[in-house]
Amino acid sequence: MASRYDRAITVFSPDGHLFQVEYAQEAVKKGSTAVGIRGTDIVVLGVEKKSVAKLQDERTVRKICALDDHVCMAFAVILFCNVLPTFIGLTADARVVINRARVECQSHKLTVEDPVTVEYITRFIATLKQKYTQSNGRRPFGISALIVGFDDDGIPRLYQTDPSGTYHAWKANAIGRSAKTVREFLEKNYTEDAIANDNEAIKLAIRALLEVVQSGGKNIELAIIRRNQPLKV
Amino acid sequence: MEYLIGIQGPDFVLVAADTVAASSIVHMKRDHDKMFKMSEKILLLCVGEAGDTVQFAEYIQKNVQLYKMRNGYELSPAAAANFTRRNLADYLRSRTPYHVNLLLAGYDEQDGPSLYYMDYLASLAKAPFAAHGYGAFLTLSILDRYYKPGITREEALEVLKKCLEELQRRFILNLPSFNARFIDKDGIHELTNIPLLKSVA
Repeated sequence: MASRYDRAITVFSPDGHLFQVEYAQEAVKKGSTAVGIRGTDIVVLGVEKKSVAKLQDERTVRKICALDDHVCMAFAVILFCNVLPTFIGLTADARVVINRARVECQSHKLTVEDPVTVEYITRFIATLKQKYTQSNGRRPFGISALIVGFDDDGIPRLYQTDPSGTYHAWKANAIGRSAKTVREFLEKNYTEDAIANDNEAIKLAIRALLEVVQSGGKNIELAIIRRNQPLKV
Repeated sequence: MEYLIGIQGPDFVLVAADTVAASSIVHMKRDHDKMFKMSEKILLLCVGEAGDTVQFAEYIQKNVQLYKMRNGYELSPAAAANFTRRNLADYLRSRTPYHVNLLLAGYDEQDGPSLYYMDYLASLAKAPFAAHGYGAFLTLSILDRYYKPGITREEALEVLKKCLEELQRRFILNLPSFNARFIDKDGIHELTNIPLLKSVA
């Protein structure tokens, strides 16, 4: 009886599902793959770049963005340099979330004089997503996000959010198409040695993506943050 | 009470401010920095009503940063100055106007150095040199006399020194210390030893 309970997302189905949210998660699974790795001194985000049409300007299809000077999000948006998020799913939805997150990063700095922690901004994004699963007349954001960055205390972090508004910390994770394959690869290959070195962590991210992406430099976009250094793409 | 000065050269801007934070007849802090870094090459010097200065300057600062995050590049000094003026003007006719006087100094890749004078009534003027405060009455004429468009850094420092000495000599209030910064194509540089006469007749 899915059809009767998936009109308004504020309604639970008899077996306890929020179908709209689950459909949103399906939308995410259609997006391109992204992988995030938390090393000891570095965090890496890699995203599969879809091939662009011949006439399309490749530079406008950025998938990793910075939220602030220390945070990045995989979805080609820049919130803060030390926060880096990646969004997979509906691009337009992601733009909205990214903008709200960017404003929140600055607002936080304005009120408390400190840059956001990665956990704070993840919680903010997750709360924002959850609100949209509980309001009348609005649909959930069809995006999952991988958020990486360094906190003030120098500890690297990787978080993942999904359309339902939950968020978890991860050592390494993947979202989007073939996320399961990539995650299994990571589970097998993520060891203390693998991430001990900055370059090793980067290589692991690339290898993980190459599992599901056609090989070739043109198809992968990578972003890294090292402790106390601005983001490099 | 508080004093700001800015001098623009062909490839730099020199700005200086006194470092006294006072409340009525007592000074609270003698090393108070009145310059706010908007971006890598833009400084906002802000004096006026006690809380308004920091509140307004930080608000503009965060908005300039937000622009950088959203668009991937920084606001130019001209854009930042106009944005600041717009905010001042909007708040002027609200119930909560900001009583602040500002100097905005910056270096743009295309347009070179620039200095903007703004006051609490939201006027904006791009000027080769400018000053705020009672001290301005005493020092603008010195700048008129000694400034020339191709002024070098050393000459600008000399003129600044003349201005600060005049303040020590004739200004009724004691402004014991200043900080000064250069802005040029390489960013913002602090000046560690501002030439000041120790005692004046």
